[in-house]
Amino acid sequence: MTPLVELKNISLSFGGVRAVDNVSLDLHPGEVVGLLGHNGAGKSTLIKILAGAYQMDEGEIWIEGKKVNIQSPRDARRHNIETIYQTLALADNLDAPSNLFLGRELTNRFGLVDDAQMEAETRKIMARLNPNFKKISEPVSALSGGQRQSVAIARAVYFNAKILIMDEPTAALGVHESKMVADLIKELKAQGLGIFLISHDTREMLDLCDRVSVMKNGALIGTEKVGDVTEDDILSMIIMGKARDAA
Amino acid sequence: MTDSSTAGTSTRPSAAKPKRSFLTQLEIDTRLLGMIGAFILVCLVFNVLTDGRFLTPRNIFNLTIQTVSVAIMATGMVFVIVTRHIDLSVGAMLATCSAAMAVTQTDLLPKMFGLGLGHPLTPWIAIAVGLVVGAFIGAFQGWLIGYLTIPAFIVTLGGLLIWRNVAWYMTDGQTIGPLDDTFQKFGGINGTVGETWSWVIGIIAVIVALWALWSSRRNKVNHEFPVKPLWAEALVGVVIAVGILGFVAILNAYEVPTARLLREFEARGEVMPDNYTAAYGIPYSVLLLIAIAIGMTVLAKRTRLGRYIFATGGNPDAAELSGINTRLLTVKIFALMGALVALSAVVASARLTNHSNDIGTLDELRVIAAAVIGGTALAGGIGTIHGAILGALIMQSLQSGMAMVGVDAPLQNIVVGAVLVLAVWIDIVYRRRTGGK
Ligand SMILES: Nc1ncnc2c1ncn2[C@@H]1O[C@H](COP(=O)(O)OP(=O)(O)OP(=O)(O)O)[C@@H](O)[C@H]1O
Ligand SMILES: [Mg+2]
Repeated sequence: MTPLVELKNISLSFGGVRAVDNVSLDLHPGEVVGLLGHNGAGKSTLIKILAGAYQMDEGEIWIEGKKVNIQSPRDARRHNIETIYQTLALADNLDAPSNLFLGRELTNRFGLVDDAQMEAETRKIMARLNPNFKKISEPVSALSGGQRQSVAIARAVYFNAKILIMDEPTAALGVHESKMVADLIKELKAQGLGIFLISHDTREMLDLCDRVSVMKNGALIGTEKVGDVTEDDILSMIIMGKARDAA
Repeated sequence: MTDSSTAGTSTRPSAAKPKRSFLTQLEIDTRLLGMIGAFILVCLVFNVLTDGRFLTPRNIFNLTIQTVSVAIMATGMVFVIVTRHIDLSVGAMLATCSAAMAVTQTDLLPKMFGLGLGHPLTPWIAIAVGLVVGAFIGAFQGWLIGYLTIPAFIVTLGGLLIWRNVAWYMTDGQTIGPLDDTFQKFGGINGTVGETWSWVIGIIAVIVALWALWSSRRNKVNHEFPVKPLWAEALVGVVIAVGILGFVAILNAYEVPTARLLREFEARGEVMPDNYTAAYGIPYSVLLLIAIAIGMTVLAKRTRLGRYIFATGGNPDAAELSGINTRLLTVKIFALMGALVALSAVVASARLTNHSNDIGTLDELRVIAAAVIGGTALAGGIGTIHGAILGALIMQSLQSGMAMVGVDAPLQNIVVGAVLVLAVWIDIVYRRRTGGK
């Protein structure tokens, strides 16, 4: 089966820092691949290349067996790649519906943005993701960290993504909301989406992912099927920065 | 580190609904209300100080036409400031646009196409030339800012020096006038629609406003969103209707002086009937401003472009990550600013009946002050079109009021400067209190 995404020998430097160093990864439909690593390991930078936010220095991206050229976030969206950024990327002065549909506003027959329709859609999806979410028409600056995260998640799952990138989606969420996101990930996986998930919670990763990849100082240390490893194996990969065989 | 380590606060149930106050039920922006209150206060104070000369139909008419030019530009400045930029060149650009239009109608058209002043096409070709010049200069400055990433402050500070003197070279530093008669109708007193049409326009405006209120309510009901109580909706409707018709009534109460009427009748070779009177009614320039205000408000609130402008102002990175081309957006915003400056130049030069070198001098400061007094936040992301227009009106009222009271020009400027700083401070306090940003 052709992988949904293949990242081949990707490198990117910021000035002297090699943030991503010759990393290759793949992702299949209905699969969740976790990215682990210490702070500054290069996880966010790697997925931002796939999301179109950064341009790689070297390497290739293949989607469904075809080499693609992702120059901008718009290109990524065109390939049905949706991203929840670690920084959430919300416009604080706008309300939840405006943020959810930012760049893809619903319009009426006169070509004007249809706020009522967008609000109705937002209410629908938020009822699924975070039933306590009530502040629909307030600027998102008035929301709590978790509520803001819910908006960012809603934006990524609303538009029928094929490839979903989630950079620490549960970092600001309470226990209950984290559970709902975990359920959501399982549901989306069952629908055949491929998901890149980044998190520092090793136990959660072993629960949700099919495979986990560990990065350190921009380089890929190794990729393991979760059935083959224990939490301790993963932790030692992260800390020692050595693949399991070598350890 | 993750930047959001605060753990699950979203389980907190939303606070029980407190008893809704009168104002919340009306869903009126208290900030707007405060500005209207400040404006009324300024008017009342000057009315007392001038023994009732401030609030006469004649003075209100004059105040209105004096505000138009700055107000038109202030609507564009809202978008510029919302996206965290600034435009210091609008006064100088106004001079260039005005010069281009004056040269077109008095020199280019007569010499190249044989169309003289008074030819029906002359004013429209001149205005089109002005719009192209304004939009082009604006787009060019926007390109320097958006694509070459030179700060807007620097680009437009350069523009301030450049365009005023480009205007000087276009006219060899000479005053050009008189301008075309039809062109002059955009200036204010020389072009008004008259009493009957003023009422017709007023009534149509009321009908459209009430229809808009009603259809927005119906839209909300259709989506089962909460709507305000019917009495509140009705009250808002009544206030709007009274406001529009009251404004028309005031403009219609300003009668054309008999001497001028006599001259007009003579010019047509007729005899004026005894006791004949006529009122000015709504000036074309005010209609232009209203049309621009409506257009810009729709642009801000109901179009994608407007949504992107505010999103970019709130968080440029988020806008970029959402696929918005923020560079091109910058070009569009400054081009729009330039086009509005051109329209403003039509009004300003028509009001003077000629083009002079110093036209629009210091307008950049008035325009920025109007937008800021009107609640546009320099930090970006926040601002309204109606606020900016109200800001322009407040500034003009202060200035005219002080002139009528006999305050000399230096002190007028000192007061306006102090008011600007005070207004921004009040705004900061207000936003802190209401929890906005
Ligand atoms: N825009 C940038 N400019 C310069 N350096 C950057 C930039 N973004 C990231 N870096 C550097 O690249 C390296 C990788 O950063 P990255 O954000 O990918 O780490 P991460 O694995 O996501 O870490 P965390 O777990 O803290 O989110 C770091 O050394 C960081 O300082
Ligand atoms: Mg990261």
